[in-house]
Amino acid sequence: MATIIEPTIFELSSPGRRGVTMPASDVPTVDLPAKDFLRSELPLPELAEVDVVRHYMKLSSFNYSVDGGFYPLGSCTMKYNPKINEDTCRLPGFLFTHPLQPIETVQGNLALMYEMQDWLKEISGFAGVTLQPAAGAHGEFTGVLMMAAYHKSRGDTKRTRMLIPDAAHGTNPASVGMLGMSVVTIPSDSRGNVDLKALEAACDDTVVGMMLTNPNTLGMFDENIEKVIKLVQGCGGLMYGDGANLNALLGIVRPGDLGFDVMHFNLHKTFSVPHGGGGPGSGPVGVSQRLADFLPSPLVGIIEEGDDETAPLYGFVNPKNSIGRMKAFHGHFGGGLVRSYTYILMHGPDGLKDIAQYAVLNANYLQARLRGTYRIPYDRICMHEFVMEGHFEGSDVRALDISKRLMDYDFHPPTNYFPLIVPEALMIEPTETENKDTLDRFADALIKIAEEAKSQPDLLHNAPSTTQFGRMDEVKAARELVLCCWLPENYEA
Amino acid sequence: MNAPSNLKYTKSDEWFDPASGAAGITDYAQSQLSDIVFVEILVDEGEEVTVGKAIASVESVKASAEIYAPAAGKVSAVNKGLSEKPETLNSDPYGEGWMIKIENGAAGEVMDSAAYEKYCEGRTH
Repeated sequence: MATIIEPTIFELSSPGRRGVTMPASDVPTVDLPAKDFLRSELPLPELAEVDVVRHYMKLSSFNYSVDGGFYPLGSCTMKYNPKINEDTCRLPGFLFTHPLQPIETVQGNLALMYEMQDWLKEISGFAGVTLQPAAGAHGEFTGVLMMAAYHKSRGDTKRTRMLIPDAAHGTNPASVGMLGMSVVTIPSDSRGNVDLKALEAACDDTVVGMMLTNPNTLGMFDENIEKVIKLVQGCGGLMYGDGANLNALLGIVRPGDLGFDVMHFNLHKTFSVPHGGGGPGSGPVGVSQRLADFLPSPLVGIIEEGDDETAPLYGFVNPKNSIGRMKAFHGHFGGGLVRSYTYILMHGPDGLKDIAQYAVLNANYLQARLRGTYRIPYDRICMHEFVMEGHFEGSDVRALDISKRLMDYDFHPPTNYFPLIVPEALMIEPTETENKDTLDRFADALIKIAEEAKSQPDLLHNAPSTTQFGRMDEVKAARELVLCCWLPENYEA
Repeated sequence: MNAPSNLKYTKSDEWFDPASGAAGITDYAQSQLSDIVFVEILVDEGEEVTVGKAIASVESVKASAEIYAPAAGKVSAVNKGLSEKPETLNSDPYGEGWMIKIENGAAGEVMDSAAYEKYCEGRTH
């Protein structure tokens, strides 16, 4: 890549340049009380429209995206998003509607939501689904609220502890903390499953339930999943499934059939909604029969049955013991639901199964090619992802160095240092979309980097050397939180 | 790896000095976390802590971690300067990097330095 240094937009500024020229005012003007409302010290850049467009176009060309190259962060971050989703979500009937319109005028939108609820139920094996939650962690919070409401409705008020495996996503304990419950960490065993002995010891009548990601963040399907669920439910707890890794199970296993009571879907992961920098997500939640009455209100339902001649009338219905509304309006409709609906419709049942099978096959192919070069701590058939260790005997090369060096081979680095139970973790999730040539190029690069780690370790320590900017000082960036490009007048270091 | 013999150690990598009541994170913990960029002590002077209570939150460029009380008792001192200089935990975990002092602290389940060193070796491959 050519190393053209692009100045910041403030450096490009020149006094008097402007994007638009306002016409002369044709109404009387008043003076604003400048002292209280206007901040004269804000040095806003002055540029013409074309300068701004070129600046950001140039910056965007420095970016690495899933549309530009292979990206082993996988569905857990964001997989490739088919472009047909962009066509459907821009159809005028979806685009130009407002959530406060009378239901008679948005029957198509409601029909889509109704079918989406049904499809997610069918895919997951659950009795009910809400589409409201705005993203995964919001879905977790919604799910745990329903678990608490269930216990409370039975007068079972002693339950305050949530069991969470040490391989869990950090959002699980965070969601539990939001509800004032306490977290009990359950260790993993040597095969990457939940440690059954530790689980059994933790199960008692103070347990709200367990939050389990299956397959977990090691990419391992829990071999004792039925025993785990039996233990938790045996002591009166409810079983929560974190659906972040649902990509590995589509069309193969339904969490509801396994006995899970509640699970959130990440439509923006499994069902291809583009997102970045924090959004937009979409986190519907599915529940078993015993939690269905607690679902957030409203759900989309059929208010008047149709027949051969007339379509049914869709509208909103409220579950009997609903925990209430979780979001203003009805979830992320156009951005999340229409795109995911398109994705499911385009694939159909057999296509969804293909997604899971190719995702698992691709991960196992990469694992097989890298086994022997990198240490794989939980070495068995993996699901959609696997975790290897980015360090070598007698070398000071770390996972971070390997990731940075991958950028010189034009690959995005994988997830680093997660899950926490693997030292120098490199988590690799290729997803179903990648062909064998891409997987081979990626494996070849990682094998070459392992050789370089021994012969020329400085290549790794100093990487990346081919990108716009080289190695960033992450420590300085995290310790000195100065986020503006000029120092405020009263700043003290 | 450094583990002074006068200290006691927990499985979650805290150290406790029975003589002074001081507690902090071990050399092994700081090396695993790598560059520490943020520390927040979660307890105040005069507060009673129980074994396993979260006493501090630590963030490095790699991960964040909760630090648990290795002993029960009354917090007699808190290292207030630590939040300004989180790197002290990397450079001097057993000295300037102490986190809190627990008066007449009753240690929970702890190991001596030899047992702790063995425990750490078992975790690095």
